[in-house]
Amino acid sequence: MATSPEAGSSLPQNNLEVAEELKGEEEKIYVAPPWRLMWWRFRRHRMAVVSAVVLVVFYFVAIFCEFVAPYNPEQFFIKYKMAPPSRIHLRDAEGNWHLPFVYRIERSRDEQTMRSLFVEDTSTRYPLRFFVRGDEYKLLGLFKTNVHLFGLTVSRDEQGIFLLGADRMGRDLFSRLCYGARLSLSIGLVGVFLSLILGVILGGLSGYYGGTLDVIIQRVIELIRTIPSIPLWMALSAALPPDWPVVRVYFGITVILSLIGWTWMARVVRGRFLALREEDFVLAARLVGSSEMRIILRHMVPSFLSYIIASLTIAIPNMILGETGLSFIGLGLRPPAISWGVLLQEAQNVRSLALCPWVLTPALAVIIAVLAFNFVGDGLRDAADPYAR
Amino acid sequence: MLGYVLRRISIMVPTLLIISIISFVIIQLPPGDYLTSYAAQLRTMGDIVQQEEIDALRQRYGLGQPVYVQYFKWITGILLRGDWGQSMEWQKPVRDLIWERLALTMVLSGVSILVSWFVAIPIGVYSATHQYSIPDYILSIISFVGVGTPGFMLALVIMYVAMTAFGLNVGGLFSQEYLAAPWSWAKVVDMLKHLWIPVLIIALGSTAGSIRTTRANLLDELNKPYVETARAKGLPEGRLVWKYPVRVALNPFFSTVGWSLANLISGETLVSVVLSLQTIGPMMLRALTSQDMYLAGSFLLLLSTMTVLGTLVSDILLAWVDPRIRMEA
Repeated sequence: MATSPEAGSSLPQNNLEVAEELKGEEEKIYVAPPWRLMWWRFRRHRMAVVSAVVLVVFYFVAIFCEFVAPYNPEQFFIKYKMAPPSRIHLRDAEGNWHLPFVYRIERSRDEQTMRSLFVEDTSTRYPLRFFVRGDEYKLLGLFKTNVHLFGLTVSRDEQGIFLLGADRMGRDLFSRLCYGARLSLSIGLVGVFLSLILGVILGGLSGYYGGTLDVIIQRVIELIRTIPSIPLWMALSAALPPDWPVVRVYFGITVILSLIGWTWMARVVRGRFLALREEDFVLAARLVGSSEMRIILRHMVPSFLSYIIASLTIAIPNMILGETGLSFIGLGLRPPAISWGVLLQEAQNVRSLALCPWVLTPALAVIIAVLAFNFVGDGLRDAADPYAR
Repeated sequence: MLGYVLRRISIMVPTLLIISIISFVIIQLPPGDYLTSYAAQLRTMGDIVQQEEIDALRQRYGLGQPVYVQYFKWITGILLRGDWGQSMEWQKPVRDLIWERLALTMVLSGVSILVSWFVAIPIGVYSATHQYSIPDYILSIISFVGVGTPGFMLALVIMYVAMTAFGLNVGGLFSQEYLAAPWSWAKVVDMLKHLWIPVLIIALGSTAGSIRTTRANLLDELNKPYVETARAKGLPEGRLVWKYPVRVALNPFFSTVGWSLANLISGETLVSVVLSLQTIGPMMLRALTSQDMYLAGSFLLLLSTMTVLGTLVSDILLAWVDPRIRMEA
């Protein structure tokens, strides 16, 4: 992260007074650059560190979903409609230990309720292997390969593995969840990026110049915020034509989400600008004759960049939740697009929910992602100003 | 004080006017209008639709006119005659459809906000006064999870649990026999019996958020000299906390009533769709998908009006609770 100008001005004089008393650890703190102080502060927030790791894993899955998912998300397994999650065993029926394996699943029908029953046939074992060959795909759209993170070595017609069960059409829910991560997690990033641009420009103008412009922008922000967000999002996304292709709907939704998101960003930026405008180092830069653009980009932006990153992180979960909610009620992304919200549509029907509760797992994924972003944001906010206190 | 209230109201009027324009424009955004989607629907059912019939209907609803003419007719109708337009899908005046649903939405949101305060304030105060104790950690984790869990997902989970564990269907606000019945005492009692599940679901998110705010604000206040002074005077700890710092720490509750109302209504919309409550949410969703524009537009306008009124109330409350707030704004 860029050096904070505040840091440069306050350090030397402190150093002279206390230099003799400093030893080891303390000296390390005084001579550390700001980004290292931030890292030390962030590290103290245990939950934030754990959450950061969780997010890295999530985004890894999102980027390499073809590799992580054992099957193509649109692949039907007619035999396994609404099959429960596969049980992975280490001990077989006779009590012998093995490497992880699954049993052969036999489907039968309950005579009375006509429901499908899935029973394990303990005579046939299928070992679970890492880096198995399966469907062909292009990794990152570049390299053609057919290696998947895990899977069974037998053909999918013989036996499949469903970590999280299968849906009503017999599609592997885990694979769909991995593909859904791509849309659901990226929509937050893209949306936040759009609101960042709008927010920084408008918030910056508002805070730096003040006056009438400030009043107008603030009134607009208040106006947008008084309209409840979900009804507004619903109305706007109902305006997206149903015959649009997936990519265009995706961008439509991100634009709609950031239409409200930028107001928060603008508030943060404006607040920072107002606080910094009166700082000595800004005055000094002005006296030296720096241009306005240089003062903003070179002196002011670096010193509030960390705040912006922290509030960006806190804004992402709202976007993810917005997309999930909209897609869930059918106004957001629509099948064949796969996102967590689209997957949750399966859970809308109470009857199918009662028959296969595992269709709720995308909700769990959403909640974990949102929590992780909140914790990381919390940690970043604490770390954003390493000189406080 | 009176002048302050009047000033706030004078700002409110143009705000509402602009919101009404925005609502109307947004509702007009989808390509086509109700009649094109209606005609498409008839065609898929195998009916033959004559273009002349559609044109005649379009004439009758005034859909062919320019947008600003339609807006002007709509808004003057609302202001002068309390006429919110005609719902094309329900074949009824919008006025007959919205009030009951709006009232239920307000009851639901109002009760939820009260419940969340009654739960959140004591918990937040406890958390702050017992910082870093084990209960504080547990409560913090619970409130973090609460903030991260959207209401509609919680509604799904609760519906599933009630269904499998108790064989109950928790959807709806009324029992079957009261659904179409006119309002009576028995119906109100029946509603209250159904109300608590949605209220808990909707209140959860804002409760969790409020716990965090109360805790953070009170922690800031507890270190201030006036608390020390009161302690030095020998005031018992319990009375001290509730009498001074808590009152200051609660300011944000009053200043954000408006926004928390907007958030509650937002969350309530999706929860209602999941639980099929007879509130604005599900009807608005239907109206939006079928492009029943006067109905959808009226809902958007009414919901925003509720928030604007909520903000006004919160500003007045804040000025009354905390005399340090300047009244010039």
